[in-house]
Amino acid sequence: MSDCPEIGAPEPVFQEPWHAQVFALTVHLNESGAFQWTEWVTRFSATLARHGLERDLNGGDDYFMAWLETLERLLAEQDSAPAQETSEIRAKWEAAYLATPHGQPVKLT
Amino acid sequence: MQSFPMPHDDPDHPHSLLPPEPALRVKALETILAAKGLIDPAALDAIVDTYENRIGPKNGAAVVAKAWSDPVFHAQLLEDATAAVSALGFYGRQGEHIVAVENTPGQHNMVVCTLCSCYPWPLLGIPPAWYKSDAYRARAVREPRKVLADFGVTLPEGTSVRVWDSTAEVRYLVIPMRPEGTEGFSDEQLSALISRDSMIGTALAAEPAS
Repeated sequence: MSDCPEIGAPEPVFQEPWHAQVFALTVHLNESGAFQWTEWVTRFSATLARHGLERDLNGGDDYFMAWLETLERLLAEQDSAPAQETSEIRAKWEAAYLATPHGQPVKLT
Repeated sequence: MQSFPMPHDDPDHPHSLLPPEPALRVKALETILAAKGLIDPAALDAIVDTYENRIGPKNGAAVVAKAWSDPVFHAQLLEDATAAVSALGFYGRQGEHIVAVENTPGQHNMVVCTLCSCYPWPLLGIPPAWYKSDAYRARAVREPRKVLADFGVTLPEGTSVRVWDSTAEVRYLVIPMRPEGTEGFSDEQLSALISRDSMIGTALAAEPAS
């Protein structure tokens, strides 16, 4: 069958690197017992429903924004990544990117 | 997996290109959790690699092709799909059950997750954006025939459409109807006819090239 039909045109699994990273982080935390998957689905679907009231979600960036927000809230509630600490570390990463010459690895100091 | 930084060549901006805002937030979570020993950064890379390179609709197509060609496996798949696909090495890590629903001349099956995006990852990989969109999630239940028409699928008058709503516990796999003219095909030849969308139910299995 040399001319069998083309199935499943290639498309990236994750549209952005951070989509993959937040997905993997969540799956890893579930596998290591930080939360049950049913709990995740309940929380995530509530976030999606809340966001969907404001506008129609397209299933791309807005989907993973809802995913990230859900994970941040869950980890803040569990006290494993409190909101204040997350905000501070985020700011440190931003400063590190801005202070690192391009081409060099970015590290937190 | 792509990694930061993503340096650019603009000499007016000598610092590293700042990742998008959500990427910084994800990095912050990773940093905090890794420092507390709650995550293993290498495990994160392995998960991304698995979903980008190892898991995808080819797994589901192999399952459907085997169901078409092997009556014993076909019966096992309909009886207990979780066990049947686990025996082939495909199993979920999120504890869900997989249920196979078979298309017949009388009934076409179509899968949605109205709550979020529940999907049989081990068999189909990460769902496409349209599966996760509000538009599909809302319309699939309300007007499945119109949604199918948007996908270019028109069913005979006598075929009913049944929509299955996935949950955290149950994920559905559609077994499309085997096309005519595929007698004697190998499983590999059959797999080539089975698209991701045909296993969600928004497409039919492809006809073999004549």
